Amino acid sequence: MIWQIELIILVMVVLFGIGALTTKDLLSAAILFGAYSFMLCLLWAIMGAVDVAFTEASVGAGISTVLFVSAVYRTTRSTDN
Amino acid sequence: MHEVLPFIISKINYFIYIILMMLGMYGIFMKKNYMKKIIGLNILQTSIILFFISIGAKNNATLPILELQNDHDANVAIQAVNYINPLPHVLMLTAIVVAVATLGVALAMVIKIYKDYKTIEEDKILFQTAEDTIENE
Repeated sequence: MIWQIELIILVMVVLFGIGALTTKDLLSAAILFGAYSFMLCLLWAIMGAVDVAFTEASVGAGISTVLFVSAVYRTTRSTDN
Repeated sequence: MHEVLPFIISKINYFIYIILMMLGMYGIFMKKNYMKKIIGLNILQTSIILFFISIGAKNNATLPILELQNDHDANVAIQAVNYINPLPHVLMLTAIVVAVATLGVALAMVIKIYKDYKTIEEDKILFQTAEDTIENE
């Protein structure tokens, strides 16, 4: 566990999370949430949980983003807050 | 002051866990859009996963796969301190799958709500339902 890399990735996780919650465009929120999940996947891999990282990369960053994007296309894209 | 900074760096995972949990609760409670609420719910779930993985993490330890034991020193005991604790990993593997299942159900409900109300903003939906009840009375 290299703490410099871990610190950078933790800061990026928080930034992507704030970005996903605060952006006005729901499609970019979905993409930012996918980036958030991928940063978490890198974090699990650094912390030694490779099986969790594998599942997070396939399920969290893959299927979740696909579900979000398809739901955005079936509903509306813009929001007020 | 010079004692606080090493403490924060050594426990940085737990501080980030608290920040992410507050961020997710902020998303659930304060955001009016249902899609943003679901994103906040997912951030809350992943913060719990971060907490559990941080419990199992260890410095100077390797992956929880046994190193090859030679035949002539098969009596050497396995030192548990050399391996990362794999029990929280297995628990959180289940939690990730449950998270994606709840995400699918929640998004299906959002699509259904959009078909009925033509909006996914919570305040507008509450306003519409209030208007409907006034008209019925």
